[in-house]
Amino acid sequence: MESLTNRIRQVERKPMNFFEKIYLVAIAKGMFITFGHMFKKRPTINYPEKTRPFSPVFRGLHILNRDEEGRENCTACGLCAVACPAEAITMEAAERKVGEEQLYREEKYAARYEINMLRCIFCGLCEDACPKDAIYLSETFAPADYQRKQFIYGKKDLLIPHPVNEPDAYKKAAGNRVKAKIIN
Amino acid sequence: MPIRSGFQKQYKKSDSIYYMADEIKTATATFKVTIDNITIDVAPGTSILQAARIIGGDVTPPAMCYYSKLQGSGGKCRTCLVEVAAGSTADPRPMPKLVASCRTNVMDGMIVKNITSEKVTDARNGVVEFLLINHPLDCPICDQAGECHLQDLGYEHGKAGTRYEFARRTFAKEDIGPYIQLHMTRCILCYRCTFVADQITDSRVHGIVDRGDHAAISTYISKAIDNDFSGNMIDVCPVGALTDKTFRFKNRVWFTKPVDAHRNCSNPKCCGKATLWLRGNEVFRVTARKDEWGEVQSYDGKTGWICNTCRFDSKKTSDWTIEGLTQISRHSVLGANKYKTLEMPKETLPAVLKGRSPKLMMNIHNVSEVNNPNIELSAINGPSHSEDFERSAEHVKGAGESTQWGMKK
Repeated sequence: MESLTNRIRQVERKPMNFFEKIYLVAIAKGMFITFGHMFKKRPTINYPEKTRPFSPVFRGLHILNRDEEGRENCTACGLCAVACPAEAITMEAAERKVGEEQLYREEKYAARYEINMLRCIFCGLCEDACPKDAIYLSETFAPADYQRKQFIYGKKDLLIPHPVNEPDAYKKAAGNRVKAKIIN
Repeated sequence: MPIRSGFQKQYKKSDSIYYMADEIKTATATFKVTIDNITIDVAPGTSILQAARIIGGDVTPPAMCYYSKLQGSGGKCRTCLVEVAAGSTADPRPMPKLVASCRTNVMDGMIVKNITSEKVTDARNGVVEFLLINHPLDCPICDQAGECHLQDLGYEHGKAGTRYEFARRTFAKEDIGPYIQLHMTRCILCYRCTFVADQITDSRVHGIVDRGDHAAISTYISKAIDNDFSGNMIDVCPVGALTDKTFRFKNRVWFTKPVDAHRNCSNPKCCGKATLWLRGNEVFRVTARKDEWGEVQSYDGKTGWICNTCRFDSKKTSDWTIEGLTQISRHSVLGANKYKTLEMPKETLPAVLKGRSPKLMMNIHNVSEVNNPNIELSAINGPSHSEDFERSAEHVKGAGESTQWGMKK
């Protein structure tokens, strides 16, 4: 049969001669390679102290966004939940009462919002589906915990800090992702 | 030629225009009409829209205000505009302007263009733009989203942006009773609800007040609508202007599962056949059954309106006899993410493990605050508020502490 490429080489199966049998040359070759690596750039970093730059499309843990006045953007429209292929998002909606206008941006809001991070596959479809810029995938990743139940993220885990009351924490959480205007 | 015989029969019985045409006794028994190159024989006195509905499919013009079960409806929204390329065999001149197909009757030898006409598509895009001038884009909040006719229309014909630069029409919020939520900003003034009140209920207390741009659906002196059949306006409303207050913000329609059910209603005018919108075994909402045009279905020539007792006060599965799943178009979001059966899928593991149930690493209901099986959101009469959730949070806290791998945290 004709071969597809001309790169096929027959492996030589000849018995080794005396010099090859004592392995001195092979060991020296190997040591040379090992020694050479001391002068090369290290591919690893000291992770928790140093972090690598993120790709602009990196998809980490979710954050629920607030507007510039600190009101929650989410209106519990359910589009993220219906878009979610892993069915990780659930929510319960409530009507905003008179006097809660500074808390919620729209007439309806998510009284409960839950993401099951054990189910989430970080595909980012929720972010794409959101009509209110309410959910973003941040650059935070690798959450670690001892218990499974800690991975059911409720609103208190997901909501971004208040931009007026805690501007520094807000800026840190927003990172480069959240497009909302940052006051002062 | 695809004729939907079932629908034709139902239409002939129910529509009064047909009987009117019988009295005229025209020479030909049927009129031949060609819509988008499909020829069909229809009874004299049939409107172009009805003839197109007999053909069905894409040929049918959309209708926002016309409702075949309500006399006098139609002619207001102009979404059903079609081009008449030839008036009739006797007078084959085309009609000079696009005509509203719900209000124009067919003639023998009429040639109608709907989707094959560029003029019609262009005009319909314009009509949708006009309808959306004052309609707010609050679909994320609106309970009608997912089954809204204007949403479908906007999706097919609408533009991505708006050219309108002025303030949108707004109204002071008005309470029209404990069952129906009125959002006047969303209203497109189709008048369907007023026809319902006139033709189905005994006394109409609401109507259109003011004129032109100020026209609004309202009740005089804010009189609450309390009539046994007032709930049917929710079903006829093509947009989210009139929605079910007992279902308000409870759930999105596409997360609820529609099933057909019936009950023996004591009200003689009520047909007792309805669609229940379930989540688990909870009845979140009851509506009348809809046909393929989004209108309330007819049974034996009678339109299947349902009374308020069935709609608002029968929110238990024990009140109803469930017949089966409602058929949903597979293109509709309403059928997304659901098992297409009535029974819950069986637990497979106990059968494989010889009756032993598997050791769960975590029961989601012990941790999750959402969808708690002990809390029936549907039991709250109206939208839930922050204090409802504060109360149930305490409840969940007690439940969550019980077993997490058998230890307390």
